[in-house]
Amino acid sequence: MRTAIYLLILLAIASIPGSIYPQRTQEPLKVAEYFATHKNLAKWLDKVYFFNVYSSPWFSAIYILLFISLIGCVLPRSIKHVRSIFNKKPPNKGYLYETGNLLFHLSLILVLIGIATGSLFGMKGQAIINVGDRFVNTATSYDSLGFGKLASEKSLKPFALTITDFQAKYNPKTNSPEDYRLDVNVSYPLGSKEIPKTIKVNSPLTYGSTKIYLQANGYSPMVVIKNKEGKVIFEGGVPFLPQDGNLTSIGAIKLPDTSPQLGIVASFTPTYEMTSAKGAISSYPEALDPHLIFSVWSGNLGLDSGVPQSVYRVDTSKMTRIGLSNLKVGETFKFSEGSITFAGWKPWVNIEVGRDPGKSISLVGALLAIMGLLASLFIGNIRGKREEVYESN
Amino acid sequence: MSQTNLAYLSNYSIYSAMALFTIAFFAHAIEVSFSVRNVESKTAFDFSRTEKSGRIGTAMIFLGFLFLLAGVILRGASAHRVPWGNMYEFSITGALAFSGAYLVALRKNKIRWLGLPVAISILLTLGTAVTLLYRPSAPLVPALKSTWLVIHVSAAIISGGIFLLANCIAATYLIMERYEGSSGRPAWATRLPSLDYLDQLSYRLVAFVFPLWTFAIIAGAIWAESAWGRYWGWDPKETWAFITWVAYAAYLHARVTIGWRGKKAAWLCLLAGSTFLFNYVYVNVWGTGRHTYSGL
Repeated sequence: MRTAIYLLILLAIASIPGSIYPQRTQEPLKVAEYFATHKNLAKWLDKVYFFNVYSSPWFSAIYILLFISLIGCVLPRSIKHVRSIFNKKPPNKGYLYETGNLLFHLSLILVLIGIATGSLFGMKGQAIINVGDRFVNTATSYDSLGFGKLASEKSLKPFALTITDFQAKYNPKTNSPEDYRLDVNVSYPLGSKEIPKTIKVNSPLTYGSTKIYLQANGYSPMVVIKNKEGKVIFEGGVPFLPQDGNLTSIGAIKLPDTSPQLGIVASFTPTYEMTSAKGAISSYPEALDPHLIFSVWSGNLGLDSGVPQSVYRVDTSKMTRIGLSNLKVGETFKFSEGSITFAGWKPWVNIEVGRDPGKSISLVGALLAIMGLLASLFIGNIRGKREEVYESN
Repeated sequence: MSQTNLAYLSNYSIYSAMALFTIAFFAHAIEVSFSVRNVESKTAFDFSRTEKSGRIGTAMIFLGFLFLLAGVILRGASAHRVPWGNMYEFSITGALAFSGAYLVALRKNKIRWLGLPVAISILLTLGTAVTLLYRPSAPLVPALKSTWLVIHVSAAIISGGIFLLANCIAATYLIMERYEGSSGRPAWATRLPSLDYLDQLSYRLVAFVFPLWTFAIIAGAIWAESAWGRYWGWDPKETWAFITWVAYAAYLHARVTIGWRGKKAAWLCLLAGSTFLFNYVYVNVWGTGRHTYSGL
């Protein structure tokens, strides 16, 4: 019994580092940032799993020991308890108390089984899609995709969806979002008739244990780039990454096939405002006065170096700047190697597809645990009071 | 009535509640200080002399509770939603839960001696809320638009209020224990309940509220599953809610199975309660993660 208490306290302490240091599973970018700013310290912290606390050997050891101690304590008691029920001893309050207590502890095992099932057989992936585009549920459609240890690409359910519309409503006083609404046409399974559906932040689209969530949104400026001869060498909507609540967004266009290579470093402001402190920023998240502000670079994009690059940034260390501009929708900027037209914009949405076959097990476990807890603590207290009364008498 | 007017009315109610709690604070302070008597060079307390003042204190806390209740409801009405969208609103609701818990506990227990610290802590909470945390009344961000907001946040706030009350009592236990161990209780503390009583009361409060806290976490998990795509993600707020849960689980085990009482149990209770406070202050103000949307 004493062991359980020390293990519980140890578990509480062991959880703390995960809330102080960024975790790989939640914030991989922040981990990379931490490595960049605290090189030596980060190396040591990584050796003791401070960036993967909740899957670290020491964290796992604590909760596995805790569950071993739980099983070792509760199982013999449960068997004894069930036996005495079958022996039909008259039930009393102490009886119910023990039933609740055992139910609570056994349910915790069920919660753990649910979590394990989810992490072994589950999947989770994210994809950025422009409004109007179609998403087919295959591994290549995702920007990031992860599977449980015993799941594979085969577990992806065959379906496709087309983004028909995305509406964001903002509060004109505070600029904060009030409502997001994503309309899609889904064919599930793939090839069946498309059915219109709506996804909102608190109501994902559900197919069995697969759920489709609306996670984030932003703008994709539509850009047309022509070379010196007037031939179109790039055309399309490029998702830009929002930097603040007013959706001032940054992005990049890389043209590795031109000679010399071209790179465009840009920011998009849905409602343009020029400030002395921060330069061009957006003052409202809706596209009321969209501007595309960019610089054009020529030289070597450095894509062959083997180091992975962000799609939102250009490595300009081996490039020279050949142009700088600020365009409204419909305007064109001409530079020595060609021209850029800011043709318009589209919203993009980040959808998340997740499958967790263990979550219903965890939920049942959690609800049973609550019932057990109520039975044991509530009835336990009544019993405790009685004993006190007897003692004081 | 327009929404802005309702928001103003809410503010006036909160200010009035603060005034009432200030009166309660003075009444309880007078209750303690004016009952001092010097009998044969020894300090003694005669609380029968200041009974009236103590009663006024309780009445003012009750009135303050009512005004606070009105303030919280009006705040919700002004934005057409439950008033739990940012830290200002959590703080005024938390003060409401705390004063409510005190008043309910007062009905059956002789804990009017807690009136002074209760009034002080509520005044500090409300003072911080109206000066540092105040945000104009506004609609909720999309992620908060869910029935689970009502269920999850109300369970968490009520749990928090009761955890803090249990903490106050555990702290009182430790102070009294120290006095009794050395020179005996000072005169002003003679009317406080026995150590045994304090010990039991803080345990009862925790045992009562632990299932509610468990429920708050589960409700949060169910909500997170529909809003964020996972029911548990070790977000800082979630992590600290888990730490609080585990710490109180350790406390309950220590009491029920190996019979910890008194000092050790009180320290463990304080430790568990402080993880809750830390979660509220640190994660909201300096933390990152998904529980920080509202600019506090």
